[in-house]
Amino acid sequence: MFDDHQGGRREFLKCMAWAGTGAMFAFEGGIAGSVGLDAAVAAPRERPAIQPFTFVQLSDSHIGFNKPPNADARATFAEAIAKVNAVSVRPDFIIHTGDVSQLSRDDEFDDADQMLKSTGLPVFFIPGEHDMLDPDGGKAFLTRFGKGSKGAGWYSFDHRGVHFVALVNVADLKPGGMGNLGAEQLKWLAADLAGRSSSTPIVVFAHIPLWTVYADWGWGTDDSGQALSLLRRFGSVTILNGHIHQIAQKVEGQIAFHTARSTAFPQPAPGTAPSPGPLKVPADQLHSMLGITDALFVRGKDRIALIDPTLAA
Amino acid sequence: MHHAFRTITLQGLAISAAAVAMTVVAVESKASPPPAATVVHIGNFTFNQPVLTVHPGATVTWVNDDDIPHTVVDKNGSFRSKVLDTGDRFSFTFAKAGQFEYFCSIHPHMTGKIIVKA
Repeated sequence: MFDDHQGGRREFLKCMAWAGTGAMFAFEGGIAGSVGLDAAVAAPRERPAIQPFTFVQLSDSHIGFNKPPNADARATFAEAIAKVNAVSVRPDFIIHTGDVSQLSRDDEFDDADQMLKSTGLPVFFIPGEHDMLDPDGGKAFLTRFGKGSKGAGWYSFDHRGVHFVALVNVADLKPGGMGNLGAEQLKWLAADLAGRSSSTPIVVFAHIPLWTVYADWGWGTDDSGQALSLLRRFGSVTILNGHIHQIAQKVEGQIAFHTARSTAFPQPAPGTAPSPGPLKVPADQLHSMLGITDALFVRGKDRIALIDPTLAA
Repeated sequence: MHHAFRTITLQGLAISAAAVAMTVVAVESKASPPPAATVVHIGNFTFNQPVLTVHPGATVTWVNDDDIPHTVVDKNGSFRSKVLDTGDRFSFTFAKAGQFEYFCSIHPHMTGKIIVKA
């Protein structure tokens, strides 16, 4: 089953689009015309009523980062928060897909926390590798942002008929490897999904991409294939990631992948620089390469639209 | 007789080897400490000496020249730096011979090895 998808995956990789500045786009995460027989049987026509709602994804705020091209990642995060507050339809909540901080310092976490609280919206967090740098390997992050989570910070919740799954792929990373979910979390995921109808729309969020964007820079998750195989029976799966500080997207069967921009600094497109270090763009270009992601669920459809406004005016 | 001749030859070789060793020691003692070879620079998400050979007792220092924090973590746990921000250093003294494979726990595709031999 998994092997059957490999050809398709390669095709979609070829089609993967790298967004330019200020791009706005949407994609379908639900049942498309090319749906396979297995999935059509698994996903009945009757769907649970899903109330229309929106949420916002913020990512890679790197509070504390203060080097070129951005001397103040707090200021650009504040601009992103202002953007959230200015959205015409008030979102139900915010998800932050990790690297909240630059160095896991208390003052960095605290500043991010205060800025996010100013929105008055619930915020759901997962850690990035920069949030695991305290001496206890992530305890500072989990104590503040991971209440009620399991293991290294994973959890799930339901909202208006949509099942949200927060995964952690930045803990206990292996030498020479990429992102890692680990056996314990995969076992939990299998149990979490087991009793759910295939018609339930699923949104998964994790810091490092759950597909291999660029192995040479570690931009992928070694054991994501096991997670994806658990998700393939669902009619609509949207996977939201961060980490690479640029938009990358792919659709594979019923699974739509999307990475968000950072609010702190852009990184180079895969292989276009000697390393994935910060892209040192001129000051007048920075804001067009930072941004947030608005996700919209439309009533009666398991279709999710993702729009990526930049911080440029 | 034959046996004795061989012994003498081996002694001669041993003396020659000792002379070479002394020369090496002399050269090393002239270098100003710490020798440049024991500094590993981290730049562009790589360790600039991915494989470094040192003698027992040598201290190796890692310096982060990147704009992004890194760590230096032994695969088998014998050393582990705290997070190294730009310009930060971490040193470890290798007392005994052996091979030490290490990586950056933040960016695990970054790997290196220290070979300690007499």
